[in-house]
Amino acid sequence: MHSEPETRNSKLRQLRWRCRRGMLELDILLEGFLQHGYEALDGGQRADFERLLALPDQELLEYLLGTRTSTEGSLAHVIACIRNTSVF
Amino acid sequence: MTLPPARKFDTLVIGAGGGGLRAALQLAQADASVAVVSKVFPIRSHTVAAQGGINAALANVLPDNWHWHMYDTIKGSDYLGDQDAIEYMCRAASNIVIELEHAGVPFSRLPDGRIYQRRFGGQSQNFGGEQAARACAAADRTGHAILHTLYQQNIRARTHFFDEYFAVDLIRDEQGYILGVLALEIETGEPLLIEAKTTLIATGGAGQLFRTNTNARINTGDGMAMALRAGIPLQDMEFFQFHPTGIAGKGMLISEGVRGEGGFLVNKDGERFMERYAPHAKDLASRDVVSRAIYTEVAEGRGCGAQGDHVFLKLDHLGEETVAARLPAIRELARTFLHIDPAHTPIPVYPTAHYTMGGIPTDRHGRVVVPAGQGEEAIPGLYAVGECACVSVHGANRLGGNSLLDIVVFGRAAGNDIIEYLRENRFHRPLNVASVEQALGRLARWERQGEGETVDGLRRELQQIMEQHCGVFRSQAVLEQGLDKVVQVQQRLANAVLRDHSRVFNTARIEALELENLVELALATVTSALGRTESRGAHSRVDHPQRDDERWLRHTLFFREGRTLDYKPVRMKPMTVESFAPKERTY
Repeated sequence: MHSEPETRNSKLRQLRWRCRRGMLELDILLEGFLQHGYEALDGGQRADFERLLALPDQELLEYLLGTRTSTEGSLAHVIACIRNTSVF
Repeated sequence: MTLPPARKFDTLVIGAGGGGLRAALQLAQADASVAVVSKVFPIRSHTVAAQGGINAALANVLPDNWHWHMYDTIKGSDYLGDQDAIEYMCRAASNIVIELEHAGVPFSRLPDGRIYQRRFGGQSQNFGGEQAARACAAADRTGHAILHTLYQQNIRARTHFFDEYFAVDLIRDEQGYILGVLALEIETGEPLLIEAKTTLIATGGAGQLFRTNTNARINTGDGMAMALRAGIPLQDMEFFQFHPTGIAGKGMLISEGVRGEGGFLVNKDGERFMERYAPHAKDLASRDVVSRAIYTEVAEGRGCGAQGDHVFLKLDHLGEETVAARLPAIRELARTFLHIDPAHTPIPVYPTAHYTMGGIPTDRHGRVVVPAGQGEEAIPGLYAVGECACVSVHGANRLGGNSLLDIVVFGRAAGNDIIEYLRENRFHRPLNVASVEQALGRLARWERQGEGETVDGLRRELQQIMEQHCGVFRSQAVLEQGLDKVVQVQQRLANAVLRDHSRVFNTARIEALELENLVELALATVTSALGRTESRGAHSRVDHPQRDDERWLRHTLFFREGRTLDYKPVRMKPMTVESFAPKERTY
């Protein structure tokens, strides 16, 4: 059994690896958000963030650059959070 | 010592970008058992970032033929490209694009239904005449469309994917055969041995060598470094393409498409300076030419901004409607990362590291070749394609639209050659335990505890050194200082330690292994750049400003052992047509 902090850390490490994408733009936006915005999300929003990470790169880029809008309210909220985390 | 668990396949592909997946598809369709190892999910490979297009002389928009494409590629390569491989690629291009179309890639269309083709820099009609339109595009998502199509087809053909596995080192036997790879499962931190009769390296480029670059963070040149450690030289590593229009200070790419649509570069005086450097092609001259022009403008005090450290890419004259209709992604990129609207405000740009022209030496069948006697010989069972390989079709400078073409043409060619190889080599060779132990040693080294420098800090330092000492313009003194500094980083890396020794998703461990790879490649790049005392393509020596065909019309080979250099001739003889003799390269 892993301790609770270790489980939490390994989850964060997993997310960090899954923020590694095929495009520099996504690397910067997602890693920046993971460092500076992820902690503030609640459980449901964190699940939405993971759903976003499962999307193909091109689709994700379009959402994060705002050239495409998600019709799903909860995803749109997390997308807005990432777009508003201006750390670059 | 206990060996890690092992899996056996006919053939192994390391890397799941377009090159690896095209080869894997060829093999899976021929009923070989195929394993693909990828450190990220396959559809997140850097191929998705190739938005612009894939060159093929379809002549759908303007007159064209493969022979003109061949000429442009050779001229673009500054005559360092191998002309047999270039002829092979340009001849295969139309067929391979049609094949991709049939496989489901949604290419953009002309009103009459044929594939739309874009104008890109370095494309000409009639051997250096008017601008050609040769890049077939699937909107601005060409790489993404190709990669997804190939991935779906591989799933259908039952290719086995090892997702989120990091390839540590090649396994080879005493006779020089490559037996597979030692990989690390990132999720569990456990090693896995993947044995195969053939291994194809398709791990992409190494843009992360430089502080400012366009590349995804995954581009750490892992396959090239593995080849070096297996005793294989790397070819032409001094040739690193700097894309002229990266967002200044950040690196993200502003595609050539902006200039194709009528955008142009200006200095602080508002002058369209490319008219001075390339009177004919102007802003659409070859990438190395535009990069040097921008660097020179800034160096001579004509840069823009408070620090005078960039130039402007103007597109406001195109009008808001045009920018919104034709360049929506670029507009949002500028809004997101610069907080400006390029329909009204020019974009600050500066050259950014983009593409590794050098790599693992191969022939046009994708076979890895090394010097032997007066010629060369193939390493049995080892192949390489794409940006990690040097076949060499890009020579000293790659043309836009030729990278997607390179990966699918030579991915298919390597697949075909592997099928032949498997017919003659039907059994797995015995495992060489000593080689496995050596690879495991690379992992064990990072178990060390105690005080030491951090991987993050050393990586940043390495990237800074490469930018300062091996950038757009180079000189002996600056390169020598750079080499000393990279050697110091290498020595310090030997004493670095991880703070976190956990096993599950220990990304710090992966980043440490990646940094070891980058350091190997930095040494190869700087040493090769020091050796070449001429200027050609992307390699510009201020102390040797001229191209010197008499001495330097040859490929560099860098060997890790003793950091030695060797050279081999450029293959000037095409397969069927007349050779293109070197000429002065003007645009």
